Amino acid sequence: MNGHDPLRRRHVFVVHAEDRPGVLDRVASLFRRRSYNIESLTVGRTDQPGVSRMTIVIEGDDTTARLMEANLYKLVNVLHVENLTYKPAVVRDLALIKVKATAEVRAQVLQVTDVFRARVVDIGPEALIVEITGTEDKIQGLIEVLEPYGILELVRTGAVAMTRSAEEVADRPDFIAARFPESAA
Amino acid sequence: MKLSGAQIIWEVVSREGVDTIFGYPGGAILPAYDALLDYPIHHVLVRHEQGAAHMADGYARASGNVGVCVATSGPGATNLVTGLANAHMDSSPVVAITGQVATPLIGKDAFQETDVTGVTLPVTKHNYLVTRTEDIVPTLREAFYIARSGRPGPVLVDITKDAQTGQAEFEWSDEPVSLPGYRPDLRPVSEEFRRAADLINAAERPLILAGHGVIMSAATSQVVELAEKASVPTSLTLLGLGGFPPRHPLCLGMMGMHGEAWVNTAIQRADLLIALGMRFDDRVTGNLSTYAPTAKKIHCEIDPAELNKNVRVDVGLVGDLRATLETLLPLLAKSERTDWLRYIDGLKGDSAVRDIQKLPDDGHLYTAHVINDVCRATGGQAVVATDVGQHQMWAAQYYKHESPRTLITSGGLGTMGFALPAAMGAKFARKDAEVWVIAGDGGFQMTAAELSTCAQENLNINIAIINNGYLGMVRQWQEFFYDRRYSATPIHSPDFVKLAEAHGLRGLRVESRADVEESFEAARNHEGTVVIDYRVEQEDSVYPMVPSGNDLDKMIRRPQSNPIYETADD
Ligand SMILES: Cc1ncc(C[n+]2csc(CCOP(=O)(O)OP(=O)(O)O)c2C)c(N)n1
Ligand SMILES: [Mg+2]
Repeated sequence: MNGHDPLRRRHVFVVHAEDRPGVLDRVASLFRRRSYNIESLTVGRTDQPGVSRMTIVIEGDDTTARLMEANLYKLVNVLHVENLTYKPAVVRDLALIKVKATAEVRAQVLQVTDVFRARVVDIGPEALIVEITGTEDKIQGLIEVLEPYGILELVRTGAVAMTRSAEEVADRPDFIAARFPESAA
Repeated sequence: MKLSGAQIIWEVVSREGVDTIFGYPGGAILPAYDALLDYPIHHVLVRHEQGAAHMADGYARASGNVGVCVATSGPGATNLVTGLANAHMDSSPVVAITGQVATPLIGKDAFQETDVTGVTLPVTKHNYLVTRTEDIVPTLREAFYIARSGRPGPVLVDITKDAQTGQAEFEWSDEPVSLPGYRPDLRPVSEEFRRAADLINAAERPLILAGHGVIMSAATSQVVELAEKASVPTSLTLLGLGGFPPRHPLCLGMMGMHGEAWVNTAIQRADLLIALGMRFDDRVTGNLSTYAPTAKKIHCEIDPAELNKNVRVDVGLVGDLRATLETLLPLLAKSERTDWLRYIDGLKGDSAVRDIQKLPDDGHLYTAHVINDVCRATGGQAVVATDVGQHQMWAAQYYKHESPRTLITSGGLGTMGFALPAAMGAKFARKDAEVWVIAGDGGFQMTAAELSTCAQENLNINIAIINNGYLGMVRQWQEFFYDRRYSATPIHSPDFVKLAEAHGLRGLRVESRADVEESFEAARNHEGTVVIDYRVEQEDSVYPMVPSGNDLDKMIRRPQSNPIYETADD
């Protein structure tokens, strides 16, 4: 709603949708149309056939987040939307970072990698590939530390998320009728 | 029973209660047109697919049932887009059926292949691509259900040619459609009703803002009951006109950019707005940051995504409006609110009174005269489809619609060219109704080809062309905001009388006020389409006007020197 609201923050949504052609298009089109600021969107299958699960991170105030939820529910193929922002949840991102690492600095790079509990998944004479899983901040931290050595290539999956509670049985999309967001005010 | 996909389409359409459809054939929809000959469905051959979409829209708005339009793939389907966008913005239930190239050709840039579901994604409520014959029944049933339920809207079903020619077992069931991700039947929770009722009971200066939702949910009598019981003056959006009796003492008239001055002022002074089935469009709010600054807001709306979209509300009641009001009404206390009503009367007194009938004839023909006279002649009972522009706003101001679904106008999209095809659709939906088109000389020319359809269908409608020689509404903006530099707004027109006659229709021209009555007589006594070319004052402007983005009560008023200035003592 408001471009420079001090209450802007990251909102993490988990969306369950029917796994049909065009559904991702509908979701992406919604963000573009309503000019929501999307940070990342990941999609994948779930343990339920025919249901896919998206994690969507947007930036905005709470009203924007609520409107986004309501607009997602307007998509006929969307089954369930959950805003994890204010819930205990695990949010993870995975990055592969190809760093320049000739023999003389390799030891240093390996040490940094270790401190961040990242893994080296490939080593060549000139470069190595680091894999890190973690929160946005942690990955950003590693990137900053590796920057001086020279990052040759970087890829990130975007966030995936899950609540910590054990409610998932009741909360499985096949038990849930499409809902609408909590009352407006 | 095995049927072809083409036959199945019409089996479903006729079972959905549709007796008339609007369309245009072509290669990819040929099988469906072939099968159509064997079904008792009246097909109206339009002259451009945009007309088909507007006709389906007009049919839907006049009747409340789903309107159906049909087009071929590629250009046929893309020609529907404006009409679908229009239906989408105004929540009109339309089902569009388009042919698509055969499944193996999809993605190959085949002749007349367009990604129609892609193109129409943002302008439909939902859309489908059907590639298998056995999917036609469930998909079309879903399409009709989605189009008409919840907040209605257009649904497009794109059916490949091979799905139309293929065979499948046809089975029909009356089971309600169930879609796991689609729940249109939302209900507010009871504690919200209590909060809404408390706000209404405690308000001193409440105002009802009634919109299109009142009409779509058939909630007029509940709104009247709310207004009467709690003594709440009621104003209407453009699409809400007809949703509240215009002569009711609590009816204030239209709000917004060209709304009544007293309404806009009252909104800015109110302490409570009760918004019923409307969406706080920028044309009704003006500057949002100064909108109704002293008012709390209750928003009754079927679409939860409308709550807090433009205006922050204190209580939101999500659900069908009639059901919402039925629950709310018993919680309301009777009140008088004499001071507030007297205050609004005062606002009216010293501002515009719109009845121009008493002003002397100065020899000029004004649009307001024509529309006011049409209204009197038809007792406010005709179905009136307007186009977009100045004449549309004058129609809204001067035609007092006595009942719902009688004003058919393009609100959200403001689509020029809408009036004629929409009126035609409305006439098919309500064959006994007197139907009038009120169109500008500019907009009429956008879809004038449908006159030929009127002739082919022997349609009995009356068309008032408000001919001011300008794209008047744009000219007005140029006059007010661009130093009277009339860039691309003077417009030439054909001889509309001859144009009518060339189609075998009746044409009339009216140049003075004295001849207006007679033109109605002639039009109403003629069986068939009549085109009346009203040569009106060229540079008249619509007042009051809230310049876009202005505070709602900062309106440009009609200069007093103008011959049809608004009098205070009427
Ligand atoms: C398809 C389309 N193109 C352009 C516009 C912009 N527009 C709005 S009102 C208007 C002028 C309409 O002129 P006319 O039909 O003569 O009606 P008048 O305002 O003169 O009554 C225009 C060009 C529009 N609303 N729709
Ligand atoms: Mg004009």
